[in-house]
Amino acid sequence: MINKIALVLLLTLSLTGKELEVELEKKYNVYKQHCLPCHEHLPYSLEKIYMLYLKTFSGELTFKASLKAFLKEPMEETSVMPDEWIENFSVKEKTILTDKELDEAIDSYWELYDVRNKLH
Amino acid sequence: MSVSKNKATNLLRSSEKSSLRRFLVLYFILVVMILSLLGIFYYQSKEKLMYFNQRATLLTYAHEQIQQLRQLHQEFPQKTAYPRSSEFRSAIYDIERLKIFSTLKNQDINFDKEIYKKNNTIRFMTYLDDYYLGAKYLFIEIDEDKEWYSSVMMEIFTFGTIILIVLAVFGIFFVNLFLRPMKNSIMLLDNFIKDTTHELNTPISAILANVEMMDLDIMAEKNRKKLSRINIAAKTVSHLYQDLTYLTLDQNRKSNDEWIDLKKLIEDRVEYFAILAGSKKVTFELDLNYSTIFIDGVKIARVIDNLISNAIKYNKRGGKIEITLRKDYFIVKDSGIGIEAEQVNDIFERYTRFNSSEGGFGIGLNIVKSIIEEYSLKISVSSVLKEGTSIRVDFLKGTVDDK
Repeated sequence: MINKIALVLLLTLSLTGKELEVELEKKYNVYKQHCLPCHEHLPYSLEKIYMLYLKTFSGELTFKASLKAFLKEPMEETSVMPDEWIENFSVKEKTILTDKELDEAIDSYWELYDVRNKLH
Repeated sequence: MSVSKNKATNLLRSSEKSSLRRFLVLYFILVVMILSLLGIFYYQSKEKLMYFNQRATLLTYAHEQIQQLRQLHQEFPQKTAYPRSSEFRSAIYDIERLKIFSTLKNQDINFDKEIYKKNNTIRFMTYLDDYYLGAKYLFIEIDEDKEWYSSVMMEIFTFGTIILIVLAVFGIFFVNLFLRPMKNSIMLLDNFIKDTTHELNTPISAILANVEMMDLDIMAEKNRKKLSRINIAAKTVSHLYQDLTYLTLDQNRKSNDEWIDLKKLIEDRVEYFAILAGSKKVTFELDLNYSTIFIDGVKIARVIDNLISNAIKYNKRGGKIEITLRKDYFIVKDSGIGIEAEQVNDIFERYTRFNSSEGGFGIGLNIVKSIIEEYSLKISVSSVLKEGTSIRVDFLKGTVDDK
């Protein structure tokens, strides 16, 4: 009986784990499809931009909220990029993503470059 | 003079001694509280001074660490090793107060104080203007200087003890100053009694001897009554004289203990007080069994005399005195005015009288108490106001003849 319960629990957990993986994959796909294609060809890597944002805003919530606000309404005044960059590439266009997609993309972006996971 | 002075000093009433004790305890508590407060203030000022000295060092470490973090931020993610130092430990927290990285011994963080002590360490917090690695708060931690703590504690303890001793000396001086008038009064009273006692002996003895020698048979009834009154008055003074003599002279003499037949002694003393009791129409009811006690004869006579004398003195007219003697105790019970419950404990105090209309100095029961205490006997008083008082004296094992 105990073995059966353990088996059921294990299956449930493995299913939950799998669901989570799928969810993360889905979030990452939004980021991959809508962010990477353009940024791949730019001299500033996404990681460098992440570090610029982090240096300016600190904290996950502030970081995400500021980035989302900028992506929805990009302006020179609110950009963290250096002036030379703006002169050369100007400010990006408004995002066409929905709020949900934007949140998923930003979440993936945060997860991907989170310094907490890398410092040792 | 010096002897009587010492004696007076020792003869403080127990209520006065207890007041004195209470005063000293209160004084001591107050002094300790004030010294503790001063100690706390001194410790806090020294702690502030220590923080002030440490702050400069910690600030230097913080600048060093910020430079290291800036460099790491620029080189991230090629370099990911958090900057460490052998001089200090550090931690960085983001604007939401979430930990980014920490090498602190303990992760319990206080964001409200710039500098504070925690588990034998000193922590210093500073803010970053540029949030390198997302860090808003930087904590620098160093081990606490134990020498500072022990030297401050030693200073507090040493100065505290010295001040405590000085204040204790002052306290004793002031207590003596306040008590001097009281001691002087007691000494004056003692000296007066002592001096008076010497002058009483000869006339009382002469009166009693002459009264005894008078031939009552040839005396008219009227004169016989007058003589009886003279006898009572003389015996009352004689009883007082004996108490005073005991108090001033006999108290400190060496005891001459022997087996005393209590039944015989009580019967003798009852007979002695019979005329005095008769004057108030007080009757005796004796229920005496044979009992002996190993004690000084003069002292046990003082105990019995005083108990009987008080039973007569505070009895109502036509009242009775019941005296019960058993092997290891005796009881003297009167049908007199009684004592209020809260006053029962004070009846053995010297110079205490419960009825100012009655004569005496209020020393009888004080003598009883001193003898009872000397022989480790047990005395218990039960009294009902307007019904009477019963005093029981128990003899402890060893003082009673067990044969």
